[in-house]
Amino acid sequence: MEKGSFEVKVGLAEMLKGGVIMDVTTAEQAKIAEDAGAVAVMALERIPADIRSEGGIARMSAPKMIKDIQNIVSIPVMAKCRIGHFAEAQILESLDVDFLDESEVLTPADDANHINKHAFKVPFVCGCRDLGEALRRIGEGAALIRTKGEAGSGNIVEAVRHMRKVQNEMKVLTILDEEELMAKSKELGAPFSLVKQVAKLGKLPVPNFAAGGIATPADASLMMQLGAESVFVGSGIYKSEDPPNRARAIVAAVTYFDNPEKLAEVSYDLRKAMKGLDIAEIPEDQRLQERGW
Amino acid sequence: MQTVGILTLQGDYDKHAQVLRKRNVDTRSVRYPDDLLNCDALIIPGGESTTMSKLMDHIGIRDEILTFAQTHPVMGTCAGMILMANRGGDSRVKPLGLLDITIVRNAYGRQVDSFVEEIEFKTQFGVEVIKGVFIRAPKIKSIGGNVEVLAELYNEPVFVRQGLHMATSFHPELSNSCAIHDLLISMIWEPVLAE
Repeated sequence: MEKGSFEVKVGLAEMLKGGVIMDVTTAEQAKIAEDAGAVAVMALERIPADIRSEGGIARMSAPKMIKDIQNIVSIPVMAKCRIGHFAEAQILESLDVDFLDESEVLTPADDANHINKHAFKVPFVCGCRDLGEALRRIGEGAALIRTKGEAGSGNIVEAVRHMRKVQNEMKVLTILDEEELMAKSKELGAPFSLVKQVAKLGKLPVPNFAAGGIATPADASLMMQLGAESVFVGSGIYKSEDPPNRARAIVAAVTYFDNPEKLAEVSYDLRKAMKGLDIAEIPEDQRLQERGW
Repeated sequence: MQTVGILTLQGDYDKHAQVLRKRNVDTRSVRYPDDLLNCDALIIPGGESTTMSKLMDHIGIRDEILTFAQTHPVMGTCAGMILMANRGGDSRVKPLGLLDITIVRNAYGRQVDSFVEEIEFKTQFGVEVIKGVFIRAPKIKSIGGNVEVLAELYNEPVFVRQGLHMATSFHPELSNSCAIHDLLISMIWEPVLAE
């Protein structure tokens, strides 16, 4: 019996397609997320908007909180570890977390290297701003890619930029001659074998989700129409005025992303979305997306 | 040309479509009750059974699936099997009750216990061996008298059939084999032949 192969890692990512993964900080919030139809929850100590406002070092979630959440929900439980912090990843794997996010939302532990994700049985998801970054993470063993966006901003503009960039760079690969692929691989800073694979498939070899700034059903629809296969919602739910209703509305919005009447219907009774931030208001050295490479 | 509907509320519906395309079968994504009208069979894919169960009620497609299932083949894989069972013992999922089986969700463990194992099953042409990909898979704890076990793993059923309905606790759509989808396609003709 073969466990922890790349195949079963990507297999779980496939099962999460067309769904919403919700950030939660308590077992109660996890229950609300499951009841609303989330496909998975992301257990973390503070949601990105609070990390941003409170400052300090953001680390992996406490083991007790993860166990409490695992005990209350039946859907997959994900957790975040710091970029390069493979000891946090080892601890979270020992807690039987279902997916690990090596995340720029937490304070990076290594400014040069990401985790060797092939060394783990637990699958990893990593953020990216462009195709080169996506393929470097896949080369290190990531089984799922998401846009970085700008976490905790409630502003979709960065996730859109990152998704468009990845899609555009993939389209370019599909029309290049084979002779041009090595130069492109050098330019993207991406493994040649993966560049060749994307040129052939026209898509990433692992699922491609959206994250960072999704706050409304319309945001979720926008990302799905731009090519995302699922969405992560962080601060957008628990920083809004009615988390359970908003959570349910975003779940329906992902399934019916191409139906404007349905999107209007699920948005009809929603109270205020999170306030959000203009990206220009965030000093460059405080932009989470700049973490990792 | 036959058309196989794939429930496209959430999950790995695309993987099923890819398998069926290899067999030149038309596929249709089923998200609204009317989508079932021109389908000859239905697949309920892998994914999260709690999410799919809620979305079925959100759009109101449950009764249409039950009516469709009276006269058409239906196949469920993993979460799809949980949704086709008649007993799950978990209030978070409201199953359709198309198969007389009792299910325990995530019974092989969490993701770190997900695994790949060879599965043998009999077809009219002999014994097929396919790769069984088990992802946080459910177990069948008991089966009714009319349920036929088509494959077992460690002496427990993992592939069952009852009349026009069948289900697997693993993901044939993630293997390279079309054998289980071929069985579903052949079942489309059975009600016609029986008349």
